[in-house]
Amino acid sequence: MSIDVTTDLQHTVEDAAAHLYVWALKDIPQDLRDALSDARALETSVPGKRVLETIHRNINIADSEKNLVCQDTGIAVYHCRVGEHFPLHPARIYEGLRDGTARATVEHPLRSNAVHTITRENTGPNIGYRLPIVHWEFIDDWDGLDVKCVPKGSGSENMSFLKMCVPADGVKGIKEFVLESIVGAGGKPCPPGIVGVGIGGSADYAMYLAKEAIMRPIGTRNGDPLVAQLEDELFALLNETGIGPMGLGGDVTVLQCHIEHADTHMTLNPVAVNYQCWAARRASAHIAPDGTVDFDREF
Amino acid sequence: MSTTHEVTFPITDPQEILKLRAGDEVIVQGHIIGIRDRTQVRIFDQGVEPPMDLSGAFLLHTAPGVRKVAEGKYEKVCIGTTTSARMVRFTEPLGSQYGVRAICGKGGFPDEAIEPMHRLGMVYFAIVGGAAALETTQIEEIEEVAWEELMPECLWKFRVKDFGPLTVGIDAHGNSLYHDVQARAQEKLKELFARF
Repeated sequence: MSIDVTTDLQHTVEDAAAHLYVWALKDIPQDLRDALSDARALETSVPGKRVLETIHRNINIADSEKNLVCQDTGIAVYHCRVGEHFPLHPARIYEGLRDGTARATVEHPLRSNAVHTITRENTGPNIGYRLPIVHWEFIDDWDGLDVKCVPKGSGSENMSFLKMCVPADGVKGIKEFVLESIVGAGGKPCPPGIVGVGIGGSADYAMYLAKEAIMRPIGTRNGDPLVAQLEDELFALLNETGIGPMGLGGDVTVLQCHIEHADTHMTLNPVAVNYQCWAARRASAHIAPDGTVDFDREF
Repeated sequence: MSTTHEVTFPITDPQEILKLRAGDEVIVQGHIIGIRDRTQVRIFDQGVEPPMDLSGAFLLHTAPGVRKVAEGKYEKVCIGTTTSARMVRFTEPLGSQYGVRAICGKGGFPDEAIEPMHRLGMVYFAIVGGAAALETTQIEEIEEVAWEELMPECLWKFRVKDFGPLTVGIDAHGNSLYHDVQARAQEKLKELFARF
């Protein structure tokens, strides 16, 4: 009966979220491990090498001690791709994600960071009004659900920047703003990380896209060749700035630059920057309509 | 070139700080004090005397993840370090009023910390932000905690072993790696922009 299917699937989503949150915090993805290894091989500055060597030791210790990679359990951000035929409504998917986040926080236990934005009082186990945050995408002609959990640390989130460039600033204005932002951020967002850039759309949508950009697997490229070319160009330019690991100077300032874009108004040219630290935690699951969960699936 | 030092805190001899130069590697032994935004707001903005001796101390910018095991007794779960820049304004009074000698955090202090650190004989140590799994293994025990009502932004006393490696980000001689890196990067930006 449909009631039972709904209840069971919501519990499946809750279980998956609880697992994804802790998994993401403890076991960083292979593509990130590879990118950090490459960085370690590339870096020539003494403090930079010391930082990357320490990061390497830290990841190994998190594995062997089964501890969190970083103490900042972040704000729980999810990205959901919902097939139009998936038999659970997004309202119930959201409830499952929220309950799973809370359960993982209480059971592990994880540090709870959620506070009321005026009183600064804790609002619950990493949940609160409009927390966790979910990015939704709806997929035609599909019956599955993909869930990606990205616990987002505050050190890097505090290094977020928006500029409403004018059309006459062109791509040059976009490049200058991204470079100025990352140089200005210095060591604060825990470099080397992933620079997410959102261009086009509106002010709010550009920042939303910048967040989607940091959630992508490292080094993936935008489907639009013009945007992909800008990703390559900015990636190279950012690593010429010399900010280096933890801002102590060096060759590796960023692991990647990802850009998401949207078409925009003829008089708009918004550019948003969202930074993801080196501990770019990310874990994904695919949930089939019968409740089968595959935790290895990346998207 | 970079030198490696081992320093035990709290220190009694100011020479221990003066021998450190920006860029040097440091491994720390002894006792360190955990402190954060709200702890320092209480000391300096609300004028409450800290119930721990901070003279010669090493302060760590942290809000540790802990498990309570008994009244006033906590076990470590995951201890890492937060962004320092938010707390730079406390540097001068920590040195002049309480004799703090070292502040450790991640991401660095802006240039306003250079003068008081030079004048008062203090250093800023850069830790690797996010490397909490490693940091937790280097903290042997949480020996004391005060102001538990500020949890987790209490005043913590940790016993550490081989804490680091840290990098001297700002030394007591007026040098700051952050200042130098930023100055070079600003020059580089001009060069890059000229290419566009």
